[in-house]
Amino acid sequence: MYAQMIKSTGKGVKSLDEMEPDERAFQERINAGGKIEPKDWMPDGYRKTLIRQIGQHAHSEIVGQLPEGNWITRAPTLERKAILLAKVQDEAGHGLYLYCAAETLGVSRDQLTRDLLSGKMKYSSIFNYPTLTWADMGAVGWLVDGAAIMNQVPLQRTSYGPYARAMVRICKEESFHQRQGFDIMMKMANGTEAQRKMAQDALNRFWYPSLMMFGPSDENSVHSAQSMAWKIKMNSNDELRQKFVDQTVPQAEYLGLTVPDEHLKWNEDRGSYEFSEPDWDEFFDVLQGNGPCSVDRMEARNKAWDEGRWVREGLLAHAEKKRARKMAAE
Amino acid sequence: MSSPESGSYDATEAAPHGKPRATEWPLWEVFIRGQHGLSHRHVGSLHAADAESAIKNARDVYTRRNEGVSIWVVEASAIAASSPEEKGPLYEPSNDKVYRHPTFFDIPDEVGAM
Repeated sequence: MYAQMIKSTGKGVKSLDEMEPDERAFQERINAGGKIEPKDWMPDGYRKTLIRQIGQHAHSEIVGQLPEGNWITRAPTLERKAILLAKVQDEAGHGLYLYCAAETLGVSRDQLTRDLLSGKMKYSSIFNYPTLTWADMGAVGWLVDGAAIMNQVPLQRTSYGPYARAMVRICKEESFHQRQGFDIMMKMANGTEAQRKMAQDALNRFWYPSLMMFGPSDENSVHSAQSMAWKIKMNSNDELRQKFVDQTVPQAEYLGLTVPDEHLKWNEDRGSYEFSEPDWDEFFDVLQGNGPCSVDRMEARNKAWDEGRWVREGLLAHAEKKRARKMAAE
Repeated sequence: MSSPESGSYDATEAAPHGKPRATEWPLWEVFIRGQHGLSHRHVGSLHAADAESAIKNARDVYTRRNEGVSIWVVEASAIAASSPEEKGPLYEPSNDKVYRHPTFFDIPDEVGAM
């Protein structure tokens, strides 16, 4: 997802009887559907796992602006350009909501940024793929935002209050993103033969990377089991991937496009599609920093941070000067 | 596999929510009044060098879809908050004062609406 392979404590989930009173009260509150707020007692593992997860989610929103930003100056019409600009601006907003949620856990914004820029923290594998044609803007909105929504909708009910509230805001805006993507795909799929081919090519390239967004099967993962007990992960990776495929295949059929999977088949008994797994070796390789655009993405973020430094420092110095003058005048 | 290191954040300059940090722009809490005559409501927070730019940033981050007609920003470090441990002493006394709710009193039907 936008947060992939998040490690928690690495230990099994404790039963209520094994817990100290504080932790037991905390877990019982979560079990009863209660929310945990920043000043409440929480186990250290919960706090650290959430910082990793929310931080990675925030980084994904920020880095996710790059593949789409690539097409702002080349959008086919002024209207498409304005829409794409609004969408990319939303992504920046989503990153900010999430950074603020992470900060309530006691990590600073600068620390999170430094950990992204040094490569210590990751962002979603999907943003390491290039956007080669205008149809990719359609595929990204339709598939990538579509996959993100699968995970983000249930996260509105997550146990950590600030995270849940950020997700509510994000989900409100996210469906505009998916619809604008599908709108581009409809135009392309019903356009000239060259445009239809472009749309099919975009689907071919983004299908498997979109399936990878959910992460490998985590049925036997102790990290996922703990995260689910804490309600900071609401569904298994396989569950969400299946839901995504079941929702997306009919949409591809509507567009008259072919999902690039020869094993794709409706299973009547199960009431869902059978489909091929993505290449997990490729996924791990991309996470290692070997994706087609990994180096470019990190360079772009580092450049933005370095070149923005004088602005950050200048505005802070100006604010301090104004404050000092005001104090002197009083 | 290179998921984020399970490294500790203890050794960082991480400070509790709201404490100003020397190298960062201070944190501001943002309150927005919607269009329907309601009170300002807390919507989130953001970093900005001063109040003026905090309002500008809040406009960009929190009102891109007509969410409000008025913005308040308050430096997070200026907010005093009750702590969760005080929950009992602060709120429990009101539990046994049910007579504060109008439903406590039985008014005969013939009296009419009251």
